[in-house]
Amino acid sequence: MHVHRFERLWLVGALTLIVLFIGTVTYGAVGAGYGMVDATGGQVDPTNTTASENFREPGVYEGSEPGHYDVYVEAKQFLFVPGTSSPIRVPANSTVTFHVTSADVMHGFEVVGTNINTMAVPGQVATVTAEFDEPGEYGLVCNEYCGSGHHTMAGTLSVVPESQYNGTSTANTTSTANTTSTANTTSTANTTSAANTTSTANTTSAANTTTEVN
Amino acid sequence: MAHPHKSETPQAYEAEETQLKDRLAFVDKYPSAARISRLSLGVSFTALTIGALLGIVQALHRTNVFRFIDSADYYSVLTGHGVLLALFFTIFFLTGIFTWGTSRSLGRELHSPRFSLAWFLLMLSGAVMTATAIFGGLVGQIPFSADVLYTFYAPLEAHPLFYAGLAAWLVGTWLAGADWLRSYYHWRQDNPDERIPLQMFMIMTTMLMWYIATLGVAVEVLFFLLPLSLGLIQSVDPLLTRTLFWFFGHPVVYFWLMPAYFAWYTVLPKLSGGRLFSDPLARVVFILFLILSTPVGFHHQYADPGVPEGFKFIAMTNTMFLLLPSFLTAFTVVASMEYGARQRGGSGYLGWLKALPWGNPAFAGCALAGMMFAAGGFSGIVNAGMNINSLVHNTLWVPGHFHLTVGTASALTMMAISYWLYPQITGKRLQFYGVAQAQPYVWFIGMGLMSNAMHRAGLAGVPRRTAEPQYQQFDFVPALGSMSEMRLQIALGGTLLTLGAVMFVTVMLGTWFAERGRGRLRVDSHLPEPISGATDSPRVLDNVKLWFAIAVVLVAIAYGFPIYSMVADGVFTPAAPPFPA
Repeated sequence: MHVHRFERLWLVGALTLIVLFIGTVTYGAVGAGYGMVDATGGQVDPTNTTASENFREPGVYEGSEPGHYDVYVEAKQFLFVPGTSSPIRVPANSTVTFHVTSADVMHGFEVVGTNINTMAVPGQVATVTAEFDEPGEYGLVCNEYCGSGHHTMAGTLSVVPESQYNGTSTANTTSTANTTSTANTTSTANTTSAANTTSTANTTSAANTTTEVN
Repeated sequence: MAHPHKSETPQAYEAEETQLKDRLAFVDKYPSAARISRLSLGVSFTALTIGALLGIVQALHRTNVFRFIDSADYYSVLTGHGVLLALFFTIFFLTGIFTWGTSRSLGRELHSPRFSLAWFLLMLSGAVMTATAIFGGLVGQIPFSADVLYTFYAPLEAHPLFYAGLAAWLVGTWLAGADWLRSYYHWRQDNPDERIPLQMFMIMTTMLMWYIATLGVAVEVLFFLLPLSLGLIQSVDPLLTRTLFWFFGHPVVYFWLMPAYFAWYTVLPKLSGGRLFSDPLARVVFILFLILSTPVGFHHQYADPGVPEGFKFIAMTNTMFLLLPSFLTAFTVVASMEYGARQRGGSGYLGWLKALPWGNPAFAGCALAGMMFAAGGFSGIVNAGMNINSLVHNTLWVPGHFHLTVGTASALTMMAISYWLYPQITGKRLQFYGVAQAQPYVWFIGMGLMSNAMHRAGLAGVPRRTAEPQYQQFDFVPALGSMSEMRLQIALGGTLLTLGAVMFVTVMLGTWFAERGRGRLRVDSHLPEPISGATDSPRVLDNVKLWFAIAVVLVAIAYGFPIYSMVADGVFTPAAPPFPA
């Protein structure tokens, strides 16, 4: 079989390029430490998302280390809880892990203009960790079709200066991922918005993990 | 660069077939295959017409240039656009051109005209059922609806008619493949020692890939979605059904592209005035597609929870290696075109480009489609890059990408080849030739406007699949250009594309209604032999069973464990009930 010299050169060039592409992705994962959404978030019952230990009452929680926060977001037709009725509030200079699940159909969870972008799949918990160095406002968008009101499903993420965050959030949390020790956790992402009744429905009785949010 | 080496000096093509056979159109030689081909193309072009008209509705609605439907109905329109164009326009075209290719390359009719008609009618009835369910959603009085989009992710639920139609249509495609393979089998009985003709080889590998790939969607529809919509089961595991969809959802991309590759390899060299550069490398390319098309589906699920990173990584490497056959194709197609141009008297490093027949709509369409495919390939590499994908996942970048690939590489090639093929299967001279000449350029400009703006809007975070990508809570901040300029380009580009589709359909309708035997056909089905033929290539290339077995093994590696882990805890767990309930 005759393979023309130019064609052989082209073949070698193409293979080199392919290996380089794979190399950049590998570097991103191993070298730069970009963590993919994967199976570590665990599963939940889509009709009762807080029944298992993998998902907590939607809201913002202080993490196990200082400066770390966990945000539990439930996506449902056509709201992010929290996020839509009131912004998700986290402080600047923080590392935030978003735990996202869906209570009905497929949704998307995209923080506009960033690479925080995951599917919200009923029955699965997606975890995405990001660092927020500076205060700012971000849009939240559902980027997977979820029904006739899909285009209205949006929200906001507010990264507030640390001083302001301390002013509005309760500091005495000892929360871990374990739902049994959430008795004295206060998931008060938004003490300023009294109108919001959907998210953080029970800041004082967080022990009750099965409380419905709506 | 495309000089043939010495032992393969091109002979005069005319000597390769007798003069009389040359003058007969395909329809005169194989009337029965020509009929199936015509029927398939008829359905394909009907789907294209409807799908394109829905496209302009979306382009104007999304950009807020002109909204005359309710935003809630946008999703029925979008479902229609996706299903009619991605499944029915492309795949009825495929059955048309593969029927032609089987008959032409084997030199015989399909085995049983009645069986051929049966699979065509099954596909057609399935398509009509599915379309009925979708468009029922736009009419309040009809209890049907299927606004679940082309991907129909559970637990969103459509009317059972939608799934039943898809299933019938799918079985029809399986029978079509069986028909072509059976024709090959009979040919093999009569020609035990010959190499598989190149077009037949391409059809075989494409269909074997299709049999593997459609297994996923067949299981999804028959075992989960259809029973769910009928109320026989109460819930599904959304991640499992989504994974089964993408098991099929990426290889279907190659099912759209393979008819275009088939045309680029076997017809475009002739249209350029030359011959194919290398037959064996064309075979290698199709073998690579058979092997690598399916074990890549997880690259559509990079952003999915519940799928371990390692399996995403395997899909990523397979995807990157899938670039290889496309890179090889780029070389061969350009080399064959250059060879043709030099045969026509072209010279110089790039000067030969001027010698190509840019006024021939069949050639111009294929060449422009190939150019856009290169651009689409590079934007696809960004999608394939596992980590950078997070920036563009489910943004407008993605439809920007696939309107270059399926929406131009496949669609424009299919339209262009029709200018060449349709007269041969009807025996009628192409009408409105001037409209046909302009049409590929209209499409090219329209897509250039729309797609570049979609890519940039996607980088700014604008989501795909939404009726109103304008939000009160925040503004998009584009890195390049402005939002209003992008909206304008999308609206204008979408309008030109619909115009392009209407121009194409006008030419086809005019030709359909023209009188047979009036005027010279201008085209014939004779294809010159490649510069480097099949005879000097290893016979193992034709061992299709071996390649099929390797493909199955790779699929088992990529999918075995992830699917096992999804079903190990119960096929219906986690259990999500359907919506609307």
